Amino acid sequence: MKTFLNILLATSLALSGGAKEIKLLNVSYDPTRELYSEYNAAFAKYWQAKTSDTVTVSQSHGGSGKQAQAVVNGLEADVVTLALAYDIDAISQQARLLPADWQQRLPNNSTPYTSTIVFLVRKGNPKQIKDWDDVVKKGVSVVVANPKTSGGARWAYLAAWAYALETNNHDEAKAKEFITKLYKNVPVLDSGARGSTVTFAQRDIGDVLLAWENEAHLALKEFGADKFEIVTPSLSILAEPPVSVVDKNAKRHGTTEVAKAYLNYLYSDEGQEIAAKNFYRPRNETLTGKYAGNFSQLKLVTVDQEFGGWAKAQKTHFADGGIFDQIFQP
Amino acid sequence: MATQRIKARKIRVLPGFKLTLGFTLFYLGLIVLIPLAAVFWKTSSLTRAEFWHVITMPQALASYRLTFGASLLAAMVNAVFGLIVAWVLVRYNFFGKKVVDALVDLPFALPTAVAGITLAMLYSHNGWIGQLLEPLGIKVANTRLGVFVALTFIGLPFIVRTVQPVLEDLDPELEEAAASLGANRWQVFWRVILPMLMPALLTGFALAFARALGEYGSVIFIAGNIPMKTVITPLLIMGELDMFDYAKATALAVVMLVASFALLLTINVLQWWTNRYNTNNLA
Repeated sequence: MKTFLNILLATSLALSGGAKEIKLLNVSYDPTRELYSEYNAAFAKYWQAKTSDTVTVSQSHGGSGKQAQAVVNGLEADVVTLALAYDIDAISQQARLLPADWQQRLPNNSTPYTSTIVFLVRKGNPKQIKDWDDVVKKGVSVVVANPKTSGGARWAYLAAWAYALETNNHDEAKAKEFITKLYKNVPVLDSGARGSTVTFAQRDIGDVLLAWENEAHLALKEFGADKFEIVTPSLSILAEPPVSVVDKNAKRHGTTEVAKAYLNYLYSDEGQEIAAKNFYRPRNETLTGKYAGNFSQLKLVTVDQEFGGWAKAQKTHFADGGIFDQIFQP
Repeated sequence: MATQRIKARKIRVLPGFKLTLGFTLFYLGLIVLIPLAAVFWKTSSLTRAEFWHVITMPQALASYRLTFGASLLAAMVNAVFGLIVAWVLVRYNFFGKKVVDALVDLPFALPTAVAGITLAMLYSHNGWIGQLLEPLGIKVANTRLGVFVALTFIGLPFIVRTVQPVLEDLDPELEEAAASLGANRWQVFWRVILPMLMPALLTGFALAFARALGEYGSVIFIAGNIPMKTVITPLLIMGELDMFDYAKATALAVVMLVASFALLLTINVLQWWTNRYNTNNLA
């Protein structure tokens, strides 16, 4: 059977004159649509110049958790580019499609770009929201997604928690009080980051949106800079959305090499520039200056420093009966 | 007498009973029972204590109240107003009747997400309807009322489409006979028409109710999804899945399934009962 397939493959290669047509599936999360549609075109060009093969990369977007779920359930992703390491860990643990140490395989914890959580407010900032303390004030209406169903919302929650810890001498009780006040100000908990943006921008609900930095910039572009402005808090979280090849799927499709190249190219100058243009913070320091206008300076903390890693953060805050659940108990 | 009955049962007028019953059971098994069995099987990885803990979490209890309460209320409201719509469509002729008739089916055809977004826009504080209700102190979007509105919207066609054909077949002579025997219009409706419509109305009610229980797409856009307040059980299940907790998700699903099945069975029994009552009366 295998030899037969090989012969078939060889003949089809011979017929197509050596240049292969390769299909890749990149399963990603909600706000990366624009980034990857630009990046895919650039990578296809690069790959064709290098090997004369044509690569068509298909994209799938959705809530990060749901996307990981789909891969676990058999969605044939060659690569995953998700909102948090926890979701790729789940693919590794539950479906064993990639090794447990996947995050050590690429530079910077396999996160070629980073992002953070900022505030999007209405033009003129009528409620004078400057930092996290203003967000929890009485009478301020906050729009954010449900951290149980949205990766971005988890980052936002952790950013607020980190701020509360840093300003209260790491007093957990004070931080809990702070986060409770914050979520009491939330009238709608959409299930995903895009849903929240729509609620804030189109349905005109809320005074401030806790958003991915790139999503906030995108909202400015989409709905007009005359309607909203971005406020950068004094402290936020360094969101590291990681990428990985899904080893077993790629092996089965015979796409391991191109899938690896696809992710490596994200670290190249061109890849980094595309990320920066789409408002993801590049790892490449030389670009930081060029796109300084896109990214305000602020103090960024990481999940590992402040929360002892994702697994722990997940268990303490978002699991059933965790702190997020306790906020809403009477 | 007794022997005759046994004979009559053995020789059927209609051929193919065994074949069609076999097919029915096979089909139901394949399409309905196997997926349901998988749900129960997935739950079995929880111990009894864990299972009980999951299905009685405060946020789960709150979500059952909302899901079952709003679904029941929406189905009841639809039973009343759906009956009126069906009545108007059957009994009167007016300009644009075909258009109104087609409109009834719209909630069937509309993807639920579209319905949800549309309703959320309409009832939002700056939406067409929302801005009229807000000064009156009525908030629909992001409240429990919003959940009810969405469920009412999706449930309407079930009542209309089940009642309509029965109403069409209703013999006007029965009403005339009742009237000639001295019944007033109200009595004719309560004592003659409604009992005959009851089985169809109950079917429609059961369908609308069942549909509302499982509804996800249209509700999440208008509910606001605040834990303990406006989270429906299907959303809670989605949340568990997003945290990769299949066992907990399926435990909640089992509660929904068992409760829905019990309710639907009750309605079916009720329907059978009213139906029998009807045919006895007519015979």
